[in-house]
Amino acid sequence: MNQGQGDGARDGEHPVERRIPGPRAAADDWDCLPPAAFGSSEPPEPPGPPFSHRVLKSLLGAWALAACSAEETAAVEEHLTSCAPCADEALRLRDAVGLLHTDGTLDLDPMLRSRVLEGCLGRRPARIPVPSWAAPYDAETARLDALLRDIGDSEWHAPVRLKWFEGERQVNRRTTVAGVIGHLMAVDGLVSTALGLDDPLGEGGRPVSPTERTESFWASARRPPTRAVRAPWRDQSHTLVRTVSFAGVQDISVPYGGFALPLHDSLLERAFECWVHGGDIADAVDYPYEPPASAHLHDMIDLAARLLPATLAGRRRAGLAGPARHLVTAGSPGRSLHLEVEGRGGGDWYIALDSPAALGSPAHTVAQVALDGVEFCRLVAGHVSPVEAAAGQEGDREAIRDVLCAAASLSRL
Amino acid sequence: MAKDAPPRWDRRMQQRLARGEAAALGELYDRFAALVHSQAHRMLDDEDAADQVTREVFGYVWENPEAYDPKHGPMRSWVARLTHRQAVRRLRGAHGEAEGAEAKAEAWSEELEHRVLKATAAARADYIVASMPAPLRAALELAYVQRRDYRQAASDLGVTGDEARRRLRLGLQLLSTANTRPSADSAPPGYGPTP
Repeated sequence: MNQGQGDGARDGEHPVERRIPGPRAAADDWDCLPPAAFGSSEPPEPPGPPFSHRVLKSLLGAWALAACSAEETAAVEEHLTSCAPCADEALRLRDAVGLLHTDGTLDLDPMLRSRVLEGCLGRRPARIPVPSWAAPYDAETARLDALLRDIGDSEWHAPVRLKWFEGERQVNRRTTVAGVIGHLMAVDGLVSTALGLDDPLGEGGRPVSPTERTESFWASARRPPTRAVRAPWRDQSHTLVRTVSFAGVQDISVPYGGFALPLHDSLLERAFECWVHGGDIADAVDYPYEPPASAHLHDMIDLAARLLPATLAGRRRAGLAGPARHLVTAGSPGRSLHLEVEGRGGGDWYIALDSPAALGSPAHTVAQVALDGVEFCRLVAGHVSPVEAAAGQEGDREAIRDVLCAAASLSRL
Repeated sequence: MAKDAPPRWDRRMQQRLARGEAAALGELYDRFAALVHSQAHRMLDDEDAADQVTREVFGYVWENPEAYDPKHGPMRSWVARLTHRQAVRRLRGAHGEAEGAEAKAEAWSEELEHRVLKATAAARADYIVASMPAPLRAALELAYVQRRDYRQAASDLGVTGDEARRRLRLGLQLLSTANTRPSADSAPPGYGPTP
């Protein structure tokens, strides 16, 4: 390619005849040509102040990248006809530009991770596996991290509106991409502290409820959070996956302020939040973001379905849901709503309507709701209202309304 | 991010992999998958082949964590070297299958060596860009990807025009070393000695 490149160099400062073609365009296609390169009516002849050799040499990089003015470009190219060392360097740098490319590391298929890891574990089984109930959290944090890796500094400050339901109303809160990661980190910290790991909010007297923890994190930052929040968030999620892989932690329960979840449900809930907020971030920076793998989505829907009877009871006590109709002895089948979830992650769930102690049962179904898995998750995340949720409905109107509202009320900041 | 991994991280990762910790394998993937995949893609120019190389490289590391010697440089370089080796093997393999008569074979092998050389330079260049000082990389990105001229780049970066010119030239000088090693098998600079 570059035969004879060395010859000119040995000639030292002697004028060389060869004329180096101009630099190639920076990236693949110019929308328009750089100003005054062509078509300028004025001849580019009289350069203002003459450029010194030192300045011309310093311009070689910018010249090779087509990143200097027309006047400078002309001066550099003039200089290259008479200065062999500069001409050699110019050639070298211009060839180096050819090694740059723009398509970079974007679009690493997020599903490749599970395929590669599966392949590895097929070749050599893990002696310390990641528990299956931690797999959704592992996958979702990795997926969000891959998105974060691809976004630019300024996108970390893109506005994000977090939405959820409070009482009967959808409320929202404005933050930034970095603020969302801070929120995830602060709430993941609940699991960390339950496991005896460091609290990302620091030592001592930290609030327990997810909302208070988030507010505390946002308030304690002296400056708006930046992309610097990514590393501690990611370190914490890696540490959580590592820690739960070791025996003796399964029976831990994670307190959330008003309630508590067993560790495996808590990590599932964190995986769900990670996906939902990953989607919020992706929307804010205009990236595509897919729903989780269907087995993981199924587990998330299952968690919400399991939480519904107790949520319903809580709302009933608060006067937000209709009265119980048929109380049955604990552990017996009671009046149920058939939740039929279609598509990815789908399945059938029977939600006990009158008491969390009753068993959901196909034989005692009084109403049926059919909706898509992702749509159900949007409802649970508070992204769509119970009235707007695209759901097929049949049977007891009140039961349907109460269950859909209870699903929306699972959302929070 | 996480570019100059401290040797401590490397050694600990090696121990955890040797212990058979699946969580460590996930962390390894999260740190190096982008490097492996983009380098394989650059060399092979094929999505499926790059996926396959990615599987092979991580499979190899997972099965042979003891093959890494921290004394010979960071784990990142080792992984890059494995990727290069695997991608070259794949290039050779693809040509091997296509090989026909004896006479043709020589022409093939010449073209193959040319491709391997080009691919190696490209992969080396990516590695150099990824590991050069951040200010140089930022300047190159502004000029090349965002097509800013050096004055605009200077104001984006909050430096003088002189400094922006210096960074662009220095960045390209570093990058140009990717073209200088002639042998297809030689390790890219910064990769450390080949095993």
